[in-house]
Amino acid sequence: MDSPALALGASFLAIGALLKDIGFNVQQSFFSTFFTYALPGQLVMAESFFVGASLINIFVAVWLVNVRLYPMSVSLIPLLKDKSQPRWKYYLSCHFLAVSSWLIMKNRYQSIEQKYRIDFWIGIGIGTWGTAIFSTLAGYFLSDYLNKDMMIGLAIVNPVYFTCMMIGAIKNRSIGLSVLLGAILGPLFFLVSPEWSILYGGLLAGTLAFFLGGKDDRPV
Amino acid sequence: MIDLSSNITLVILVTSLATYLSRFLGVVSSENIDVKSKIFRWFNCIAYSTLAALIARIVVFPTGTLADAEILIRFLVILLSVAVFFATKKNLVYPTILSAILLTVLNSLY
Repeated sequence: MDSPALALGASFLAIGALLKDIGFNVQQSFFSTFFTYALPGQLVMAESFFVGASLINIFVAVWLVNVRLYPMSVSLIPLLKDKSQPRWKYYLSCHFLAVSSWLIMKNRYQSIEQKYRIDFWIGIGIGTWGTAIFSTLAGYFLSDYLNKDMMIGLAIVNPVYFTCMMIGAIKNRSIGLSVLLGAILGPLFFLVSPEWSILYGGLLAGTLAFFLGGKDDRPV
Repeated sequence: MIDLSSNITLVILVTSLATYLSRFLGVVSSENIDVKSKIFRWFNCIAYSTLAALIARIVVFPTGTLADAEILIRFLVILLSVAVFFATKKNLVYPTILSAILLTVLNSLY
């Protein structure tokens, strides 16, 4: 019993309940996860919407909190490349890029033949994405039965799940340093600039880790 | 009077575009990146560090419901969950279930 679906489901259950709380209808909640499918971004959207932020402000805030998807994409897609595969598969399936699917693929890609990696990725993507959509709907309908303490309990599931998966994914020194420095610099930079803290903190931490990690040829 | 419903549609659209943009640009950039190159390793570090920065920020400076739990309780729950993760040979189900129950109970007590 080691399914990521449970943790992923719990996280999006909370999103579904939250979206109902702030006045989204069921279709809107469905499409939010269907088209965005990025938990921190959807949280930022919900908060910004709640305080009446402008569309430009929402765009920037969401982009900044989801900017991690760019280096995540660059550090995964090249591993899935194969000349025999059409390019549209890569552009379409990048929508499935999220922390859980990324960590699963990073842990498994070596055991899959190069040619089939993109298809394997699409399978993982549809599974995780589908779970998220289903859980959003479940959360929407269950929200009346969830009290405040339970909502707080659900809110910790996502950080716990990501923390465990990330620590489990540390395969070499530079990745270990990246995780450690990122965890320190992220909150530290938040004190200077809340919105830009993830971008700046992550960039500096990752660059430091890259240089300090030295030569370590174990797989990424 | 602003139509709230169409407004939400726009909010969803804007959020989705802002999110897909990073994924899409990542694939574009990947066109010429070799998995054995230094730049690939650098991006790999940045991916992990940005992720760690985000998670740490969520735990230390949460927004939304999580902010209603004390910071010491949040840390305690994370630490215990990581301990359970290793104690159960890196099983993800036990620590996540435990974390939700633990935080719910601790938070209703204090």
